[in-house]
Amino acid sequence: MSINRRQFLRRAGMVTALGIGSSFVITGFRKKDAAASGYTKAAKDMPAKRWAMVVDMSKFKSEADMEKVIEACHKLHNVPKFPNTKDEIKWIWKDDYHHTFAGGHNEYLDEHVMHSPFMVTCNHCENPPCVRACPTEATFQRPDGIVAMDFHRCIGCRFCMAACPFGARSFNFKDPRPFIEEVSTEYPTRTPGVVEKCNFCYERLADGLMPACVEKSNGGLIFGDLDDPNSEVRKIVSTKLTIRRKPELGTQPSVYYLVGGGEHA
Amino acid sequence: MLEKALSGSKRYWIWVTLLLAIIAVGFVAYMNQFNNGLGVTGMSRDVSWGLYIAQFTFLVGVAASAVMLVLPYYLHDFKKFGKMVILGEFLAIPAVIMCMLFIVVDLGQPMRIMNVILHPSPHSVMFYDMIVLCGYLLINLVVGWTTLGAERKGAPSPKWVKPIIYLSIPWAVSIHTVTAFLYAGLPGRHLWLSAIMAARFLASAFAAGPAILILLCFIVKKVSKFDPDPGVGAIQSLVKIVRYAMIANVFFYILELFTAFYSNIPEYSAPLRYIFFGMDGHYSLVPIMWTAVVLAFLGIAMLVFPSTRMNKATLIIGLLSIIIANWIDKGMILIVAGFVPNSFERVIEYAPTLNEILVTLAVYSIGMLLVTILYKVAISVREEKAN
Amino acid sequence: MYKGGKIIASLIIFAALFTIPFFYNMGKVNAGPDVALDTPAIQQLSDKQCVESPEFMRANHMKLLNQWREEAVRNGQTVYINSQGKEYPISLQDTCLKCHANGSASKVALSNPASSTTGVSNPAINESPEFCASCHDYSAVKPKCWSCHFEPKEAAK
Repeated sequence: MSINRRQFLRRAGMVTALGIGSSFVITGFRKKDAAASGYTKAAKDMPAKRWAMVVDMSKFKSEADMEKVIEACHKLHNVPKFPNTKDEIKWIWKDDYHHTFAGGHNEYLDEHVMHSPFMVTCNHCENPPCVRACPTEATFQRPDGIVAMDFHRCIGCRFCMAACPFGARSFNFKDPRPFIEEVSTEYPTRTPGVVEKCNFCYERLADGLMPACVEKSNGGLIFGDLDDPNSEVRKIVSTKLTIRRKPELGTQPSVYYLVGGGEHA
Repeated sequence: MLEKALSGSKRYWIWVTLLLAIIAVGFVAYMNQFNNGLGVTGMSRDVSWGLYIAQFTFLVGVAASAVMLVLPYYLHDFKKFGKMVILGEFLAIPAVIMCMLFIVVDLGQPMRIMNVILHPSPHSVMFYDMIVLCGYLLINLVVGWTTLGAERKGAPSPKWVKPIIYLSIPWAVSIHTVTAFLYAGLPGRHLWLSAIMAARFLASAFAAGPAILILLCFIVKKVSKFDPDPGVGAIQSLVKIVRYAMIANVFFYILELFTAFYSNIPEYSAPLRYIFFGMDGHYSLVPIMWTAVVLAFLGIAMLVFPSTRMNKATLIIGLLSIIIANWIDKGMILIVAGFVPNSFERVIEYAPTLNEILVTLAVYSIGMLLVTILYKVAISVREEKAN
Repeated sequence: MYKGGKIIASLIIFAALFTIPFFYNMGKVNAGPDVALDTPAIQQLSDKQCVESPEFMRANHMKLLNQWREEAVRNGQTVYINSQGKEYPISLQDTCLKCHANGSASKVALSNPASSTTGVSNPAINESPEFCASCHDYSAVKPKCWSCHFEPKEAAK
């Protein structure tokens, strides 16, 4: 044999590459499976251009009213309760005025106002930095404005958590299942190692239902299509004074906080 | 050429065994993390990146620093670096591999990593980071191996590597720039939202990277017959690069401090106030940061004065100071404090767990093992030529 | 070639070792799974038809499930129109599990995929002969659906 080792390796490599390459070609030419079928939206599906929420804290009379809302969401979506805040997962929660609208500290603000509670959740921004950051499009923006998560695709890099300026995202540091008190069959649980957050209940919108939190809020959370001039959210946002969290960052949050509350359209 | 790494002195094998032992321990720790989730680390909902991503950031700099030898040698025909260039390239390869490993161990779902390629997202900086890191690894492997192989045969490097060598120069800059863009483009993380982030990264990289390389050269000289700097002053030239890069790095940091504090915008200065003075009763990073400050200035001083710069003992102290100062800044505080205070202006601190530290040490050991093997090959080739 | 004989001999030994399982099992009959189609759950249904023909489902159910996932999660298309033009909601629980339900009455606790070293522990696959188990065990394919999705029975308690 007059070939040296280098030539031998080179030829072996070429044969391997040829084999792998041709197997790709063969599978490429194979007929695609043919299920003459299609997909459509559910009949009850509620269409919208931009889902948005108005939070009217004047309608929440007590702690219990807020807990009811949080409970409804977290129970429905199988959000676990971890004893350790380090692993905490939350989709909707409450925080005080001072921290929710961080940045504009006013030292003369009345203690009562400063510590008055606000409901906080994912803002479903129009320009979501989390979607921009995601390297796999596991988090993406739907045509109706909802910033959704595809738990199947998330690799758990947590770039979205660094990108979100609102602290809306949680990561499954541990297996959530042992920490779910009451399991809901309406929504799957999550696998460890993926990021999750509020999804504006898109699974309920597809069934023609309002988000779970809105349903339990006694009118404190108003939900609708901001693009529809006749929707309640649009009427409130266009005629009343509302504020949003960190508007200066240009993400255009879709959660508005009604100042003063009271009667609205 | 790889067979050169299979024969060595007793000391060589003790060192390799030690590294393998640390890797084995870290592997067990990683299996624990793999099976139980990232809950075994100190990371939390608020500080969602920790030691792993910080090491990644630091090591991208080490990898990029090879350009500080390649550029003078190939572009300016700076012959003094002739013997050292290969060591720079062979430091870059393990550094990039460590970067990749730190990304993998940080993932919540590492088995899905191919999703980054299956669903490419050109709007994500992570996508570009993957491209530049893989490219840089490939470039250095090709260049390092080919030039060393040619040297072994006593022939000049083949012509086709020249363009790849030139490409490696902007590419080295790109890996650290893109890594800086991971952080510098995020709204609401004020410590990172800085236009000079990439410049700072490059400055600190060109200080810490060559400093590590000089120390490695000292070790090489001690354990082998090969002298990377046979009286030509290559090391002193590199010391000058380290010095100016470190001065630039400190200068850039001061620029950050000025803008944050003089503008008096609370959000901008909050993470810096937390780092330097503590906040709301949380001080865990304060002593560490001030250590870095002291070491940074000590290191610069050691490298400025000719008497301390020329003395090997004080030079080593200076270089170590600079490496540690940069590691504290970039390999720990920059990433962690980017999340503090959180988006609700609450201070939630982070501390790595033992499990996390063991995994980190194992990744570093893998890197050191690769450095050892590659340097062994390079040194053996050189020793062979010398005989 | 330097040490050519040894290299080629080693390669042949390697190839032989590598293909032992194949040759060992060659020609042996391995009984396939026996899947009963007339389970009580299916008997109770008025329409005893899957979303597509059994032949199609046997060959393509994994591709169909992947398509369903993409359409429902990513495109908000939650209804599947099959090749006959019939519509089905895209749902594991409300569509697939209506027939491929857990046959045994034993209640299954929520599995903990993290504590399993083999990847995923899988109550549905392990315990329901009518669902994935029979075929998937046979072909040693472990889908990961059940680390998140679950059957209605578990949660109904």
